[in-house]
Amino acid sequence: MPHRKSLASIWRRIPQRYRGESTMCLNCGRHFFPPRHFCPYCRRKSKIAPYTISGRGKVMSYTVVHVAQEGFERQVPYVIAIVELEEGPKLTAQLCAVEPEDVRIGMPVEMSFRRISEDKDDGIIHYGYKFSPILSPKK
Amino acid sequence: MGNVAVIGAGMTKFGELWDKGLEDLIAEAGAKAVNDANIDGEDIQAIYGGNMSAGRFIGQEHIGALIADAIGLTPIPSTRVEAACASGGLALREAYLAVKSGTYDVVVAGGVEKMTDVYSEQVTQTLGGAGDQQWEVFNGVTFPSLYAMMARRHMHDYGTTEEQMAAVAVKNHSNGSKNPYAQFPFKVTLEQVMSSSKVAEPLKLLDCSPITDGAAVVILASEKFARKLPQEPIWIIGSAHTTDTLALHDRKSLTSIEATRLAGRQAMKQAGVTPKDIDLAEVHDCFTIAEIMAMEDLGFSKRGEGGKDVESGKFNLNSELSVNTSGGLKSCGHPVGATGIKQAVEVTWQLRGEAGKRQVDDAKVGLTHNVGGSGATAVVHIFSKEVD
Ligand SMILES: [Zn+2]
Repeated sequence: MPHRKSLASIWRRIPQRYRGESTMCLNCGRHFFPPRHFCPYCRRKSKIAPYTISGRGKVMSYTVVHVAQEGFERQVPYVIAIVELEEGPKLTAQLCAVEPEDVRIGMPVEMSFRRISEDKDDGIIHYGYKFSPILSPKK
Repeated sequence: MGNVAVIGAGMTKFGELWDKGLEDLIAEAGAKAVNDANIDGEDIQAIYGGNMSAGRFIGQEHIGALIADAIGLTPIPSTRVEAACASGGLALREAYLAVKSGTYDVVVAGGVEKMTDVYSEQVTQTLGGAGDQQWEVFNGVTFPSLYAMMARRHMHDYGTTEEQMAAVAVKNHSNGSKNPYAQFPFKVTLEQVMSSSKVAEPLKLLDCSPITDGAAVVILASEKFARKLPQEPIWIIGSAHTTDTLALHDRKSLTSIEATRLAGRQAMKQAGVTPKDIDLAEVHDCFTIAEIMAMEDLGFSKRGEGGKDVESGKFNLNSELSVNTSGGLKSCGHPVGATGIKQAVEVTWQLRGEAGKRQVDDAKVGLTHNVGGSGATAVVHIFSKEVD
């Protein structure tokens, strides 16, 4: 699929996908992920500044995927979750290092850098973030 | 501003239609609607056509002109409208606004999707485009997995069960078994739904709407034009369109579609009705959990009680509120760009008393509800036999 195979489209997102770089609004203190160019709450009063996400959060909901899209077929069954980060933003990612039947809503998780998927024909390997359970929650 | 009427309705059978291309489908539905309206082609002044992704399904763009060409109506203006699975509902909305504004007296609102010319993995990929490619799909999200996460959270917060979700499929297949236009016009049992293969837990194959080819068309007209026709018009008394964040994770809630809640409220306010006044509703059951949430968001069920209500039979044909008499997306089928218009066709037939074995007794007011993606677009319309 063209929108996934362009190298530029992969490189452009490296700061977010590899390093969790994003933006926040200094006017209201809200954190965003992915980065926003202006704050939807403050609009013209937005004061956008860079910040790096904590990578720690908890599972808000999850599913075990049995019918995958192209590039993910070899991973089934895999867990997809919506994670709420400590500082507020929510994001969607795979859970790893956990058995599907052990996943719970509210479970504390942390982000790690992982291989996400592979394109079949031209061999690009996509990397990004997944989350795994925090065994002893850090404060 | 004057009232807007539905003066004609028509649709193709929904299904895997190997012998029909996109242009055949829209031409068939268009001809049926024009004949039904008792008008001539030259009366029509503009076309609004809902289509999600002909570019990816059949490699064809420029669908506005294609529709005008296929139904022999060039050189009138023809606009393609896209809002993922709500493309049809939004085409109806744009057509409604065009008449309501006084710009046109007679317009076509159509919807068409040809989905079965590509393999199902490509359909999965394309439907994933209704979500957020960069921040959902990139990470392995499939379209069913988004609704699965809503279902999981609904179960967690309200105790909704997989059996209650399955009850939606059983009800809609029962209705669809009475609809000759349905893709799957047969009943299913609770056991069949519960034992169908897993797609994205807790959703199973029979919790999901199918891949479908089909087209549907309604003709809208100004009150002045509609009153000149021999048939009784059906009136659009409420119309609303709302948006929300593209990605599910950015929403305020995972158990409610805010866009539906707001669109429902706006449309009912405009129409001057409450949920109690509505006799039938065609709602967006792309997955069984979606119908449960729609019942809550539109005010037909208390928050968290949509599952119990469907299980109790409250939404069965000719009970308190008849929901998805056509069979819904589940049994009638879901050609994504056509679904929103099919809902309007079904409600028009119901309000005219032409719905055959699935007729709702004494139906006076009907509602349609069409959702794009996991809830980033919602479109609600309210139809009535009478108008002020
Ligand atoms: Zn702000």
